[in-house]
Amino acid sequence: MKKTIVSIALGAAAMFAASAVSAQTLNNVKNKGQLTCGSNTGLAGFGAPDDKGVWKGLDVDVCRAIAAAIFNDATKVKFVPLSSKDRFTALQSGEVDVLVRNSTWTMSRDTSLGLNFTGVNYYDGQGFMVRKKLGVSSALELNGASVCTQQGTTTELNLADFFRANKLKYEVVAFATSDETIKAYDAGRCDAFTTDASGLYAERLKLTNPNDHIILPEIISKEPLGPVVRHGDDQWFDLVKWTLYAMVNAEELGVTQANLDQMLKSDNPEIKRLLGTEGKFGEMLGLSNDWVVRIVKQVGNYGESFERNVGESSPLKIKRGLNALWSKGGLQYAPPIR
Amino acid sequence: MTTEAADKGAPRVSPLYDPKVRGIAYQVVLALIILFVVYEATTNAIENLRAAKIASGFGFWSVEAGFDINQKLIPFSSTGGSTYGDAFLVGLLNTLLVAFIGIILATILGFVIGIARLSNNWIIAKLSMVYVEVIRNTPLLLQLLFWYNAVLKPLPDPRNSLSLFGAIFLNNRGVVMPSPVPGPNFDWTWIASLVAIAIWIGLSYFARKQQAATGKRFPANLIGFGLFIILPLIAYWAAGSPLSFEYPKQSRFNLTGGMQIYPEFVALLVGLTIYTAGFIAENVRAGILAVSKGQSEAAHALGLSNGQTLRLIVVPQAMRVIIPPLTSQYLNLTKNSSLAVAIGYPDLVQVFTGTVLNQTGQAVEVIAITMLVYLTISLTTSFFMNIYNSRMALVER
Repeated sequence: MKKTIVSIALGAAAMFAASAVSAQTLNNVKNKGQLTCGSNTGLAGFGAPDDKGVWKGLDVDVCRAIAAAIFNDATKVKFVPLSSKDRFTALQSGEVDVLVRNSTWTMSRDTSLGLNFTGVNYYDGQGFMVRKKLGVSSALELNGASVCTQQGTTTELNLADFFRANKLKYEVVAFATSDETIKAYDAGRCDAFTTDASGLYAERLKLTNPNDHIILPEIISKEPLGPVVRHGDDQWFDLVKWTLYAMVNAEELGVTQANLDQMLKSDNPEIKRLLGTEGKFGEMLGLSNDWVVRIVKQVGNYGESFERNVGESSPLKIKRGLNALWSKGGLQYAPPIR
Repeated sequence: MTTEAADKGAPRVSPLYDPKVRGIAYQVVLALIILFVVYEATTNAIENLRAAKIASGFGFWSVEAGFDINQKLIPFSSTGGSTYGDAFLVGLLNTLLVAFIGIILATILGFVIGIARLSNNWIIAKLSMVYVEVIRNTPLLLQLLFWYNAVLKPLPDPRNSLSLFGAIFLNNRGVVMPSPVPGPNFDWTWIASLVAIAIWIGLSYFARKQQAATGKRFPANLIGFGLFIILPLIAYWAAGSPLSFEYPKQSRFNLTGGMQIYPEFVALLVGLTIYTAGFIAENVRAGILAVSKGQSEAAHALGLSNGQTLRLIVVPQAMRVIIPPLTSQYLNLTKNSSLAVAIGYPDLVQVFTGTVLNQTGQAVEVIAITMLVYLTISLTTSFFMNIYNSRMALVER
């Protein structure tokens, strides 16, 4: 139902509101007094409400960081849970200000949807999960298998590509939401379940007997996941992009929630520019110069957010891998603040 | 002069006050306003989509889709270069399939339950009542999820399929049956069936004429049915039994080969049939109760049996009351089939407004096409039901 409403909203917005979906997102957010953030319907570690109804996760932290930068209050975020097939329509129509919902950056999405990807907050790749008792040890052994997946995702397309490229047969069973997909897999409708590797670890926790399932070693695609904004508002695009970069730069420069006060007294010019004790970098974004101080104080740097939500101190226990800083063998690299 | 004017009837008035002219003028103005609004909305939408750099137009129709669909009536695969347009057809045919079979089954079940509710047998009447009340008063979505889980949960996995004669297999991936592979001369069997049907129709025409003329009854249906069975069998045998079967084989994960009926389809069909039958049963009951008691008393007085009374006297009159609400139940069933989204059956809404919309990002076009399709299906259904209704209606002389 949601989808129809969103689509109608888009239609109506496109028809009668002359240019409601263009610039001025920052002003609108300030006037509303809160950020509206498109989030997952529930993916542990990335975007899901906890037992008290507070949204937690790596994606959620990006939204909280934006709110902290704008309002000095990381709680001023309204999270709108979106299924994968509704998410872009919701952003296009202006129902959400920013979409941080483990969405893969692809060329067609960046060019034809009227949206812009602002960066990558998680480098992911697609994998498969199967039951241990099937005795499968590689995705290449899945010839003739039934595979459950979520519709309207890059996953659905990669799956077709993988089986086509390897000349294997399969049966796809596509569901609208991740919950329906994992339930059908759990009920035995499919031999394999496929989504981004991070999602496999998160979804496995929902199964009746998580230990009866293994994740196959193959990663069959590149899935750079990142925040998305509407095309045509460069100020907002910059703000979201640099919020993410600020978190990565903070980690690189060793600025953490714990040592923030000492760091404010640092003589290192890079840290001074980051924390706004030198230069007017915040004002260039339409914020005050201590914007990164607010982000780090309330949300933490990228590494802290990673550890807390998906890393070793979380139930998911995902290694940094590709998501380590560039200086530590990973891909996370932010342009300098200067 | 004045008398002549009076002879011509109504006095001449200015066209401004002529009710006829005024009426037409109002209609024209209204039509122009509607056209203007539609035109403005369309051009504005196109302009805004362009300004927001969102792709628009129907160019996506012939773009390769790149995904797969498991349940399809026409070939569709990412390997074969199927397009978004093909995906639309797959979804549409799946919707029509489930709606068509659903309507037939729901009508049969609905009539049985509706008549059973009026039965003199207390248990049957009460059971039907419970059925109707339970089914009509719970949400359809809940029932669909129930049936999907009821179909999926208790069945074994494909490695431990329940099998019937080693040919038909039942597991949580559905029912797998041997698929018939017609040989070169199999067409004769089809031709024989068509001939049998033609003879059957001819016989019943003759039987009706004879009964009207002489009152003698001729067992046209019995003979017609017999021919329908025997003629194709003879043709099949004479052509040298040109039919072989492809049997499903156990492979590592699934049974391969043969025909497969998927659990999503079964769950949706069962759910829609049972739900709609509850409403049709009430329509049927209302229709039968609307036929006055004197009609059946008169039929009994003429010596007709209970069955004959129902079939020849009560039901034909009840149909006049039943058909209009029956039409709207058919439309409901067709539209409700879009709830397939919840259980992963690839109907039009699931495939087209789900996957295609998301992969192309063209919400306005996709939603507009989908709405148009449902409108067309519904209008076509009511058109044929209206024809049927006017044939059944009371002919007044």
